[in-house]
This record gives sequence, C-alpha cells and structure tokens, in this order.
Amino acid sequence: MLIDVHAHFHHAASPRADWRERNASRLKADEKIGVAIHVASILGSWGRTSPVYFPSPADATAGNDALFALQREHPDRIRGYVTVNPNYTAHATAEIDRAAKLGAVGLKLAASRRANDPLLDPVIAAAERHHFPVLHHIWQHRRHDWPGQEASDAVELCALAARHPHVNFILAHIGGGGDWRHSLHALVRHHNVFVDLSGSGVDGGMLEACVAGVGAERLLWGSDITMCTGLAKLRYLTHLLAPAELELVTWKNAGRIFPRGAFPGD
Amino acid sequence: MRIDANAFLGAYPYARVPGTSPDGVLAAMQRTGVDEAWVTHLPSLFWRDPTEGNAWLYETCTKERRLKPVPCVHPGLNKWEEVLSDASAQGAPAVRCDPLYFGVDPAGPEMLVLAAACGAAQLPLTLAVRLEDLRQRHPNDRVPDLTPGAVRALVRSDEDVHLLVTHADRGFIEEVHFGSTPEEARRIWWDVCWIWGPPEDHLETLLATVGVERFVFGTGQPLRLPENAVAKLDLLDLPAKDRAKIESENAHSGLCG
Repeated sequence: MLIDVHAHFHHAASPRADWRERNASRLKADEKIGVAIHVASILGSWGRTSPVYFPSPADATAGNDALFALQREHPDRIRGYVTVNPNYTAHATAEIDRAAKLGAVGLKLAASRRANDPLLDPVIAAAERHHFPVLHHIWQHRRHDWPGQEASDAVELCALAARHPHVNFILAHIGGGGDWRHSLHALVRHHNVFVDLSGSGVDGGMLEACVAGVGAERLLWGSDITMCTGLAKLRYLTHLLAPAELELVTWKNAGRIFPRGAFPGD
Repeated sequence: MRIDANAFLGAYPYARVPGTSPDGVLAAMQRTGVDEAWVTHLPSLFWRDPTEGNAWLYETCTKERRLKPVPCVHPGLNKWEEVLSDASAQGAPAVRCDPLYFGVDPAGPEMLVLAAACGAAQLPLTLAVRLEDLRQRHPNDRVPDLTPGAVRALVRSDEDVHLLVTHADRGFIEEVHFGSTPEEARRIWWDVCWIWGPPEDHLETLLATVGVERFVFGTGQPLRLPENAVAKLDLLDLPAKDRAKIESENAHSGLCG
C-alpha cells in the first residue's frame, strides 16, 4: 500500500479555471504510481478571496467543505486534513471539531502564524482531542521572511512539538525548498516529528540524509504538487531501503500516526 | 536507447553528494536504464580555469564508452578556440559554458563570439539555468539563475548555433520559445529535468505547445536523482515514437545533427 500524506486538491472557488483537470490529473497519476490513499488539504480559496497561506475563516471552511465533498465522492482514495488559520483561534478550534465529524483525519497548518507562537497551542490541543497528526508547512531553514507567508522552519516546529509531546507532527515537504540538512539536524531529538518526503527537490543525498538523520521509522512518503518527484523518490527508496523499511515509509508509519480507522484495513 | 544529455562527474563544492565518481554515475545509469550519459566535470564549473578538468574528462570517457565528454569552454580565457578543436577531435557531443558560474556576461560579446564559433564548429552549446534551487543554495553560492533574455540573445546572435538549455522550468521555456522566431526556436533544445509532471502537467503542456522535437532526456545527476526524469516520462501517455525522440533521437539527429 502507498499513502500520500501530502496531497492537495482544487475546487470551484479557487482562481484556477483548470481546477477539475488538476484534480483529475492527480487521480490519474496515482493509478500509475500506485497511490492507494491521498491525504489531502485545500488551502481556503487558493488565493482568490484571501491569501493561500492566510485563509480567511470563511475561505478555510469553504475549502474544507470542498475537500470533504471530494472525500465523500472518493471514499476509497481520499482522506482530508482540516485546514485552519490559527489567528482566528475560536474559528480554528471549532472548525477542527466540526471537521472531525465530517471525517477529517488530520490538521493542516500552512503559514498563517509562526509554529512556535503560543497562539497555536489551543489549536494543537483541539487536534489532540481527535488524535489528529498535524501537517505543518515548513521552509527548510528560513533565514528570513518570504513574501506571502509567515513561514516556519524545523526549529520552530520542534518548539511547538516539544510543548505537545502527545501529538504527532509532520514536517512538510523536506524537498520543498530551503536547506533540508538544517531541518534534519533540528529533528533528531524530537521523536514526535515525522518527515514528509514530498517537494520538487530531488537532491542527490537527500534521502540518504533523511534515513540517517531520523530513521525510516519517522519518514512518510508524499508528493505535494509534483507527483513526478514523488515517484522518483519512491523508486530510489526501493534501492536504498530494505523491504520492511520501505513499508514503514510508504504506509505503516502513516497508519501509526493517523487516527485508527483512517485507512483501509486499520 | 536512452541518452542522458545533462550529467556530471566529480564532487560538488557546496554539499556532500553521493555517487559522483564515474563508477557511481555508471551505477545510477544502470539503475535507471540510461545507456549513454553526456558528462561534464562538475568541479570545473567552479574553477578559475574551467577547462583544467577537460583532460581528465576525456581520459575518463575514453575508458568508458557509455560516457561522452561535454568539456567546459570559457570564452574569456586565452586559447578557448583550442577547446572547441579538442572537443571536435575527441568526438564530444557538445560543449558547456555556464557563463554566470564563470563570471562572464551571459549575453555579452564573449558569449556571442563563442556562440558563433560553436555554430561554425557544429558543436552544440550547453548552458544550465541553474544547478540548484535558489531557495536552498549554500550561503556562499550567489550565482544567479540564467535569464531567458540571455538565451534569446544567444540564439539570435548566430544562425547556426544549437543550444541545449538544461534545468529550465515551464515559464522559462515558454518565454524563450515564444519570444523567438520559429527558426530560432528550432535551434534550442531543452532537457526535461526541471519540468513538472502531474498534477500541474507542465511537461505534457509543453510537449503539446512547444513540440516534442524540442526536448531531450536529461537528469542533472548526480546532483539530482536520475529517477526523476524517467518518472516524468513514465507519467505521460506518450506514444512510443515520441518517447524515443525525447530519449535519444532529438539529441542525435536534431541537436547534434
């Protein structure tokens, strides 16, 4: 089995006229790659009526509703993260509770507020109530602020993870830009932080460093918005890891950190 | 037949990268079904005289026929014309000049003279848009990305020059292709290593809009996993004849034709 822990879908309220084609392309490619389940999110209106990384409460809710509609449409292939903006704490916590009833299996935090900010604590507590892992957008070694997002890096995520030792966190897209070596060093002693291998980066040596840095027990396969790089990493992992280790990365680790019953056979 | 038109041998100064030796690259080729790789000596790109690695490159490629040399040429250094002569004599499929790594104006007079000389010698000129994503560079690696304007200037400067541009993304390719006359655009080839597949489907779009004939298989290995370029093709619904064009025929009969 192959579980993609970092997928996205689009919807009619996004700015893209080709949103249906992009969703169809993902579902078509997964047949070639062998993806069984996409654990996906929709980030609000994808910038149409509020910024991608700073979704308004109304857009976050609308995006979540669109995602859970897709989950209902493809119950055998799609699972949903609930996306919230922690700056609207009351909405965020209520939205997590609402989404849990709609079948959410995790929490997605983008870059609306720095990961180590205390404002995230009640949001993470809400996720903990539902046994949700938290997929957090990360800029690998953020040396300065980048436009359009209040990005966090691994050190900041680990500070949050240390305050919530009973919640599992997923450091997003290790190949998604920035210095991944910095992230791997930061994660070593934070055993409730897992590494999502997605991102467009396919650097030679990156997967070896991930295995050496945190072990196959804390790696999760994902694709984000470049499924070709996901397939490339999957193929390389078959050479790098023993079959039992590969199974950890492709689905068993995900099965361990997502709520019981999230995936077929749980 | 699968030709990797964008590969390197040797260490990278900004990070420890596995598999940079000739044996390492050959093993990766075996793993990914690459029959032939066009290789440049990677450390040379960072040397004051980038041509000093060419002798080792020729010697290495002489020992292993699956590796074809793409030597570095620096048009600002004395006797650069001899590098072109040597390349032709050694059967090099192309030469490489990454002007921004060499401290040369990418559309300046030295590059224009080099482009004309490559055109006259019927040697394709290879240039990389980048070697690494700007977002993750070593703090001391401040080499900017090659610009589309520089590629347009080079292809316009000589009517015979053939350019192989590697590590370009969709936006870059579209800007150059549709910013060139059809005749100019027919003398530029792009490797696939930096073009996104599904769900954005940039490669599929480019094959439809720019044309299959304009693309060659290239990986950027060992800095990038060669599996990536293979995966992009595997995820397309590409007729076998078109895949063959990308994997080898365009490089042989178009770029080097």
